[in-house]
Amino acid sequence: MTGPASTLERPRRTPDLPIGPGGPSVATGDGGAAGQAPVGAALIAAWLLVAAITLLFAAFTATLLARRAEADWRGGPLPAVLWASTAVLLLSSGAMEWARAGGRRGRRDRLWAGLLLTLVLGVVFVGLQWTAWRQLVRIGVYMSTNPHSAFFYLLTGAHAVHVAGGLGWLAQALARTRRAASAAAAMAAVDPAAVYWHFLDVLWLYLFTILFAL
Amino acid sequence: MTVTHEAHPGHRQSFLTRYIFSQDHKIIGLQYLFTSLFMAVVGGFLAMLIRMQLGFPTAKFYWAQWLFPGGFANNQIKPDFYLAVVTMHGTIMIFFVLTTALSGGFGNFLIPLQIGARDMAFPFMNMLSYWLYPPAIVVLLLSFFVSGGAPNAGWTSYPPLSALPNAAPGSGLGQTLWLISLAILIVAFLFGSLNYITTILQLRARGMSLLRMPLTIWGLLFTAILMLLSFPVLFAAAIMLLFDRLGGTSFFVPAGLVVGNTVIQHAGGSPLLWQHLFWFLGHPEVYVLILPPMGIVSEVLATHARKPIFGYPFMVGSMAAISFLSFVVWGHHMFVSGMHPLVGMAFMTTTLAIAIPSAVKTFNWLATLWRARIRFTTAMMFAIGFISLFVTGGLTGIFLGSPAIDIYVHDTYFVVAHFHFVMASAALFGIFAGTYHWFPKMFGRFMNERLGKWHFWLTFIGIYLTFFPMHFAGIAGMMRRIFSTGLYAHLQGLAWVNIFISLAAFMLGAAQLLFIWNLFASLVRGQRAPANPWGATTLEWQTSSPPPHGNFPGALPEVHRWPYDYSVPGAPEDFIPQTVPVTAVPAPVHGGSGEGPPGGKGQ
Repeated sequence: MTGPASTLERPRRTPDLPIGPGGPSVATGDGGAAGQAPVGAALIAAWLLVAAITLLFAAFTATLLARRAEADWRGGPLPAVLWASTAVLLLSSGAMEWARAGGRRGRRDRLWAGLLLTLVLGVVFVGLQWTAWRQLVRIGVYMSTNPHSAFFYLLTGAHAVHVAGGLGWLAQALARTRRAASAAAAMAAVDPAAVYWHFLDVLWLYLFTILFAL
Repeated sequence: MTVTHEAHPGHRQSFLTRYIFSQDHKIIGLQYLFTSLFMAVVGGFLAMLIRMQLGFPTAKFYWAQWLFPGGFANNQIKPDFYLAVVTMHGTIMIFFVLTTALSGGFGNFLIPLQIGARDMAFPFMNMLSYWLYPPAIVVLLLSFFVSGGAPNAGWTSYPPLSALPNAAPGSGLGQTLWLISLAILIVAFLFGSLNYITTILQLRARGMSLLRMPLTIWGLLFTAILMLLSFPVLFAAAIMLLFDRLGGTSFFVPAGLVVGNTVIQHAGGSPLLWQHLFWFLGHPEVYVLILPPMGIVSEVLATHARKPIFGYPFMVGSMAAISFLSFVVWGHHMFVSGMHPLVGMAFMTTTLAIAIPSAVKTFNWLATLWRARIRFTTAMMFAIGFISLFVTGGLTGIFLGSPAIDIYVHDTYFVVAHFHFVMASAALFGIFAGTYHWFPKMFGRFMNERLGKWHFWLTFIGIYLTFFPMHFAGIAGMMRRIFSTGLYAHLQGLAWVNIFISLAAFMLGAAQLLFIWNLFASLVRGQRAPANPWGATTLEWQTSSPPPHGNFPGALPEVHRWPYDYSVPGAPEDFIPQTVPVTAVPAPVHGGSGEGPPGGKGQ
């Protein structure tokens, strides 16, 4: 394999890279965990990720709807702790918005505090989900017990995995906020994470509804 | 793991960060291409095993017995191993060769170069996307060596055969590994698609409006969108199937199954659900395999015919139409599943509708060739060959899109012939055309044209001799995945057809060795190539061959015109690069109006 004839090192910020015709100059992505990707790119990627995950859960719930139509379908027990976890997740979305409202006004301290609160509430949410699974296991409801329990574990588990990824994203946004030169610069890292986080919130409300309310 | 480049010139990257864990899209593209080539050799070898058995079911193969002690008994292939070979051939060729080479290989190499960017939007994610691919390969090939052997439920892995570990020899650990391998690969594809879409939307050079993008980029963009939206559905299905296998759930397993004299303790699942979920990916997947070649072929045709591509906006529009339609036709794979005739009718309608944009593209390609002064390079021949294969395979698609015919030929060799023409061979020709066309850009050397021409003719004729007779075998009732034509009375007469097909297939396989030899010999001994050997207009040809790290020395290029200004009357040369300002050479065509110069007569 022949390599490039000469290495042309890209500086961390190349001012000659417009976003489309006549757009603002941005940093090029030179990789690394710090993710020097262009400002708008992360937001686009977040929305694309939301689209892909929507399709994933659409496939899960299409299967659920088809299975519900069978004669032997029965609803499962609703662990009360799920109400608490729903409230916690809603609160975390609120905390995120409170943080971003601060960020838009240039208050980096409030942005940071709000993000931290969001992160903590997210961890609490996963803990509460874990509690719900433990409670079900205690009363003998396993994944293979009945169709409803299978879907319950599948959907809440898949959602929790995505929340865990979201926690990582929030942690990264927190770190970027600490390092950012200004609140406005930090917002570029926070906004994509916010899109993803609110999506997880809406997704949870949808799953909660489809599992227990229909 | 990650290396952030410091901004001081002359800094050399280590071998490891430059060639192995590289974040440079060009290296990643080449990694994808070479890994796909390795998998193509594996998948092609499996195809040879299939043809050995079908052509010569009573012959004894001593070397194969030595090579696969578990799969052969008495120097003949065992039926369950035969099914495993068929399954793995399909899986490898579709997911691990065509998807990875086209989307991963050409997508990575071409996107930043052709839109005038330094690299992808997320280079680190790009590197992860590649490095998930080898583990997926390892997990997949591992299944050959576990108890029970490789999965034998077919590349579509229909339950219950794939859902019950004791249903068949290959339904054990091998099937589990298959699902895990696919799941890993899907994550890799997702990372890649995120990157491609974001890069194309965000990092285009100044002046590169959407309708000034080369058609290759359009093809890769639609491909990425299809992958992003369809692969999660297969991912979901794979997760549920894994739970059925390992967690005792019943998503896809119906009640009352008896396996080995014991009643299965599952109830209420629906095997049909798997088919719906699988084909919701599976159909877009075949367009994932054909859209990039459509783009590549458009590029190669225009360049080597020295004419603007005919009907550029319609080329883009037909790709969009094909992409949209690909999501609403999956039911045509399930006409015999007992679906309501009205539903079948709806799926027939959407399926036949795809013929319209496909025909638009075909006639546009032919119109591009009309009265052109064609340079018959190897790349051009493969591009023209692509059109031939696409038409041949597409016409049988119209047959199969009609339930009345499909119910008769479903799961016969007629279907095998159809998709080997329209999807497999056509996509392969896209890869070959792209390889011969962009090899000078990738490595700064030409591939050998004489060997290339031999490779083209042997491959083109070999494909027709191999797959065309399969239509007749299929109509005569020869079913897919059948182990031997000797098993049924009505297939006895097809023995000679299968001998013919097998001999042609061996020739076809041998011809690919020419390509591999040509590829590696040209890497070392190929004639040196200039920056723009074909006289092409797009941005990747306006930088050195191979391009430097960062793609464009100095400032990024500015785009002033559409990518197909060939043979413009009054121009000094018969091509005008996209970077030439309109003030220097007046553009008769305003980017993307799609109207070529009258008569196509250049200087």
